[in-house]
Amino acid sequence: MKVTTIPFMAMRKIVACFSVALILISLGSLAVKGLQFGLDFTGGTLVEVAYDQAPQLDDVRQLLADNGYDDIVVQNFGSPTDVVVRMANAYTPTLGDEVLESLRNHGEVSVTLQRSEFVGAQVGEELREQGGLGMLLALLIVMLYVAVRFQFKFSLASVAALAHDVIITLGFFSLFDVEFDLTVLAALLAVVGYSLNDTIVVCDRIRENFRIMRETEPYDLINESINQTLGRTLITSLTTLFVLVVLFLFGGEAIHNFSMALLVGIVIGTYSSIFVAANLLLALNVTREDLVPTPKEELEDELP
Amino acid sequence: MLNKYPLWKYLLILLVLALGLLYAFPNLYPDDPALQLSTQKATSVVDQQALQKAELALSKANIELKKAELTSAGGTLRFNNGEDQLAAKPVVAAALGEDYVTALNLVPTTPEWLSSLGAGPAKLGLDLRGGVHFLLEVDTPAALKQRLEVSSSEMKAALRKDRVRYRSVSIADGVLSIRFLKESDLTLAEDLLKGEFAEYRYSTRQEDTDYFLDVSFTEAETKEIESYALQQNLTTLRNRVNELGVAEPLVQRQGSNRIVVELPGVQDTAAAKRIIGATANLEFHLEAGLDDQGADVETLSFRDGSGRTARLERDIIITGDSVADASSSFDENGQPQVNISLDSKGGKQMTKVTRSAVGRNMAVVFIEHKSRSRFVEKDGKMEEVRRSYSEKGIISLATIQTTLGNSFRITGLDSPRESSELALLLRAGALAAPIYFVEERTIGPSLGAENIQLGVTSAQIGLLVVMLFMLVYYKVFGIFANVSLALNIVLLMACMSLMSATLTLPGIAGIVLTMGMAVDANVLIFSRIKEELANGVPSQQAIHSGFNRAFTTIFDANITTLLVAVILFAVGTGPVKGFAVTLSLGILTSMFTAIVVTRSQVNLVYGGRKNKKLYI
Repeated sequence: MKVTTIPFMAMRKIVACFSVALILISLGSLAVKGLQFGLDFTGGTLVEVAYDQAPQLDDVRQLLADNGYDDIVVQNFGSPTDVVVRMANAYTPTLGDEVLESLRNHGEVSVTLQRSEFVGAQVGEELREQGGLGMLLALLIVMLYVAVRFQFKFSLASVAALAHDVIITLGFFSLFDVEFDLTVLAALLAVVGYSLNDTIVVCDRIRENFRIMRETEPYDLINESINQTLGRTLITSLTTLFVLVVLFLFGGEAIHNFSMALLVGIVIGTYSSIFVAANLLLALNVTREDLVPTPKEELEDELP
Repeated sequence: MLNKYPLWKYLLILLVLALGLLYAFPNLYPDDPALQLSTQKATSVVDQQALQKAELALSKANIELKKAELTSAGGTLRFNNGEDQLAAKPVVAAALGEDYVTALNLVPTTPEWLSSLGAGPAKLGLDLRGGVHFLLEVDTPAALKQRLEVSSSEMKAALRKDRVRYRSVSIADGVLSIRFLKESDLTLAEDLLKGEFAEYRYSTRQEDTDYFLDVSFTEAETKEIESYALQQNLTTLRNRVNELGVAEPLVQRQGSNRIVVELPGVQDTAAAKRIIGATANLEFHLEAGLDDQGADVETLSFRDGSGRTARLERDIIITGDSVADASSSFDENGQPQVNISLDSKGGKQMTKVTRSAVGRNMAVVFIEHKSRSRFVEKDGKMEEVRRSYSEKGIISLATIQTTLGNSFRITGLDSPRESSELALLLRAGALAAPIYFVEERTIGPSLGAENIQLGVTSAQIGLLVVMLFMLVYYKVFGIFANVSLALNIVLLMACMSLMSATLTLPGIAGIVLTMGMAVDANVLIFSRIKEELANGVPSQQAIHSGFNRAFTTIFDANITTLLVAVILFAVGTGPVKGFAVTLSLGILTSMFTAIVVTRSQVNLVYGGRKNKKLYI
């Protein structure tokens, strides 16, 4: 791939507006609609069963209502023969088997239990807190690492880019009512790691160019750096997206939302490492002097 | 600029790869569905005879057995598929009888020479293998209350002995309050109790005309009791899980008052839950005489649902805690019964009480501590409210014919299942404090198998897609990258096996994700080489500086991802932890393969000669 000469920095105002708009929409949706938390975070009971023949969901609901289960949600899960029943009911250790027994309707229907899950309300709350805490901790550690390895302005820019990715991915989940469970949280943290990976590659090039191209202004230098790394950024994102699409299509219902979060997050992350991080660096007025105090490293000897 | 590695470097790389292949190899052997045989009693062992008995029963039932063998833990019967295994369980259990525990299990088929080198397949998580995960919370306030109740009767006895007059004793919110009419009694009592019960904190107060002595545990004592209750429950749960005969169970403390129980491969989850969560215990009481009145007597009904009741003395002769061994069987009339032998202390107590009570009736009371949780709305939020209660019922009331000793039997149970479960619970011991299920995840075996299938399929397709892309885009260098990628997966699996890390479905997703990301290092290097070539640098020089200059970038980028993966490992539970494990291991192995292994291939092919053109 030839090194391109796309004037990324010239587009920075439009891009900034676009990003701000996305963030506002996301925050708005998060504020108004909130996230549709899964069982892991809300607590409750869930029973997944597999029928031999696809049942009518209304019949299933009716059957359960007749057996005294109210406040239930019955949905298909991945295939018409797989049915998930969610309950906010009080938990008893035998609930899963009782529901299964009701669904069998005195042995008339062939149903097998795929899984049953129960999470206590308090455990759910703890998981939610822990998850949020983990996310903040991840951002903090990343910020520290980048500040030490690079410089404070780089650290601010990359963490802002990460927050941008996380907020927009969360916004996507809120806007489209996709269920947010523990695996999605894991995906989100992976997005942080991945997007950072991209951003660091760009920052690394900027740092290197500040040392080599002594006459170039930051504006042009950053633009040049992005163009130099563009090929790599796109190819890596592409291979990652390939495998994620595969996971999304073939990985099964259990990791459906997980791969969706990664897909959305990595698209946004790629965009942000090209546009947002560098844009912010310029806005923070990064100069050659910021990087001069760092002694030039001997890269030659580090290779094994 | 010759780009040559010395011979020892190639050999070292080959050695690492050979070890990787060796330790990843066992993962290609699928586990056999099997029945694990063990015995409940220390005296009997699983021997060849027992295996033959099982084999005979299986051939009668037309179930094909793959292999039967004796192991250090008992016996293993291997089957060709899961259906045979399921069908075989009741057959074998019936053939071998009560003394043996049969448990469903998956047994590795690793060849002997591999397992002797410490190689084995990666462990599968519950979501891939099927099984149950419980998170139990120990009700520590209840444990404190129980202790206070015991102390209250001891304190009352002490006060009575020294003739200190008290009006009443009550327990509320972890505080035991003793009411006195006179201040002098209060001071007397305080001095007396402080001397005898030092582990308490005492305070006095006056309300209207009454004087109160408030007794509560010191903080250190509270902690001590709580941790004792947890420890005791852990032991009891371990015993119970062992009685279930589950292979590779996990019973572990989590946090200050929780216990995790994981039972892989368990399919009868209802039975597992009944036994793990059971808080049943037994109490032996004498029937109250006609002249016994008031607070010393309690009226209980029979458990058979006949509506009969009996008046019993409140004093307990012994509880189930004094049981040393118990087994279930049938009496002459074919009714289920439990044979009990008591420990020496319990036996003495039993003898002492029954000696003077021949001709009177003794009741066996079955107690179950249960809890019911409800969701109530509070401040617009749903909150879970738990209420615990005890169910007591008489299972038998029989005349004491003669002085009872260490062993006797009890009858009056509903079903053989109840008798065998009661025997199990008595053997394993009672829980020191009630427990609640706060989390439960049950994964059926078919879902586990389905998840493995899905995971493997997507890994294969993902690998294919990435390899094709790299080949098309980077040509010869694409082949180098693909070889490295394949070896990366081998090394990753080898590391998983060596660390006996648990593979979960998100873990497989992590491997697939790693494939997409692992080529990143190579992409970085190759882009650099292309760039150098475009700048007119000669090919050997381009290769050299491409690798060198990409290194810091790769290092920085991967370290940060690794940091995030470690955080994920710390906050995640179960399957998510599995994702963190494969992700972080994948980062480490991919750095080795993408840099070192790719470089060695490039050096081998292009190094040491002048090249006109690089196919990149």
